[in-house]
Amino acid sequence: MTGAAIAPPRVWKRPRLVEGAALRLAIFAGLVLYLVLAFATIEVNWQRVSEGLVRAARLFAGFLTPDFTSRWTDIQQGLIESLTMTVCATVFGIVLALPIGLGAARNVAPFWLYAICRAVIAVARAFQEIIVAILFVAMFGFGTFAGFLTLSISTIGFLSKLIADDIEEIDPAQVEAVRATGAGFWQVLDYAVAAQVMPRFVGLTAYKVDINFRESSVIGIVGAGGIGATLNTALDRYEFESAAAILLIIIVIVMLCEYASGWIRKTMA
Amino acid sequence: MAITIGETGARHWRLLTPGQQRLRWLGWLALVALTILCWRVMTADTIWAFVSDAPRQAQDIFGRMLPPRWRYIDQLWMPLWDTINIATLGTLIAILLATPLAFLAARNTTPSAALIRPVALFIIVASRSINALIWGLLLVAVLGPGVLAGIIAIALRSIGFIGKLLYEAIEEIDESQVEAIRATGASQAQIMGYGIWPQIMPAFATISVFRWDINIRESTVLGLVGAGGLGLALESSLNTLAWPQVSLILLLILVTVVVSEWVTAKVRKAII
Repeated sequence: MTGAAIAPPRVWKRPRLVEGAALRLAIFAGLVLYLVLAFATIEVNWQRVSEGLVRAARLFAGFLTPDFTSRWTDIQQGLIESLTMTVCATVFGIVLALPIGLGAARNVAPFWLYAICRAVIAVARAFQEIIVAILFVAMFGFGTFAGFLTLSISTIGFLSKLIADDIEEIDPAQVEAVRATGAGFWQVLDYAVAAQVMPRFVGLTAYKVDINFRESSVIGIVGAGGIGATLNTALDRYEFESAAAILLIIIVIVMLCEYASGWIRKTMA
Repeated sequence: MAITIGETGARHWRLLTPGQQRLRWLGWLALVALTILCWRVMTADTIWAFVSDAPRQAQDIFGRMLPPRWRYIDQLWMPLWDTINIATLGTLIAILLATPLAFLAARNTTPSAALIRPVALFIIVASRSINALIWGLLLVAVLGPGVLAGIIAIALRSIGFIGKLLYEAIEEIDESQVEAIRATGASQAQIMGYGIWPQIMPAFATISVFRWDINIRESTVLGLVGAGGLGLALESSLNTLAWPQVSLILLLILVTVVVSEWVTAKVRKAII
């Protein structure tokens, strides 16, 4: 085997994300073109921005010296509104989300009911909370009631969709087994369906409480009550120390909610 | 689970022991009491005349909304472009900042678990707990109204989201591949490039696209607090009670969100 040609050394190259040089070039060129266009059309008032830097420094200083006391009654009122809104909307939302979610599961409900419930879910999920809040404030007037309805709608959209998807994925063998014992519809629901989806349902509910509180701090901006309204007022008056205090309270409560819901999900799973 | 033996000696199966059942009833009772309490506190200031008037108001508003003022669409293309820019540029900035942050926060890549990791985790939590609209409110107060405030608001909110999901992905990588690359005598940067990065690349792409989709949704309403885009047009139409314009804007927002969801689904399929 003396005449055998020496094989050229093998060179390894890392595989590319997008195969094909032309496609790669086209994607890259498109990206550059977009960035150029985007930056060209952004209007920035640099003078206003440089003025803003002073305010940014004040805001940052506000975070270091938050002022909880001078607006405490307003903050307290906003917090109570946010928390009560969260509790009522979550409970009310669950009460409605359970039957809707059950009706939207193809393996439990007949087709006509399935279609209606899925349509309800699609409508409830179509718009962001803040847009729903604007419409409800226009209909029901300013205040917590509009916020409560907004959060209820979003709870229904969120929970019933996930419950329905969960129910559709349950193990049919257990349903079959419970039915074989002669159980009626409600007994099958209780012992075969609910038993399988309950842990995830509790986890989702805990998660939704967390989301609802976060949202309740936002919808106040459009007049639907809660701590968001207080925050908006503080910022309008350029009271950055009070605004910082409110933000810190929101962060702490959100973190507590997140830990609690994480703990609940872990113990339930 | 509990099995009770009846008087006749027959065995009854039950899901819960009587004690568990009592505890459960007490829990439900407490929940109902709490809800009623919250309801009373919440509705203390509610003006019920407005609430009972709501169906008429709703009819009135929807009556004014229809039909949408279609010609107004000519004035909406620029805000729509701004909205897309806010979401896209905000996501890009967030990706650039969140990637190093995620490497600092992940337990297996952080340079110092005692000092740097807690700081990185705190940045992630703080960014996540404040909604983009509130970031927008802050930035409009600081920078003045406009697209720039929107971009930064979206970026600040997204850093926490991308950072959290990415550092969890980094913590779940297969260490033996990193070990193998290190055994070839690779430098720290080469380990990063050939050992870690290829493993988190799919997660990275999915997370970025997912967040872009959420950001499109959020940037449509950011204008409500003055941060540019479609929300700005919505705000001015609402203030002038121009309901036919409001319905057109809402329709455009819906179409934008649906299209972005479709694009996201396509891109995700291409990546995975």
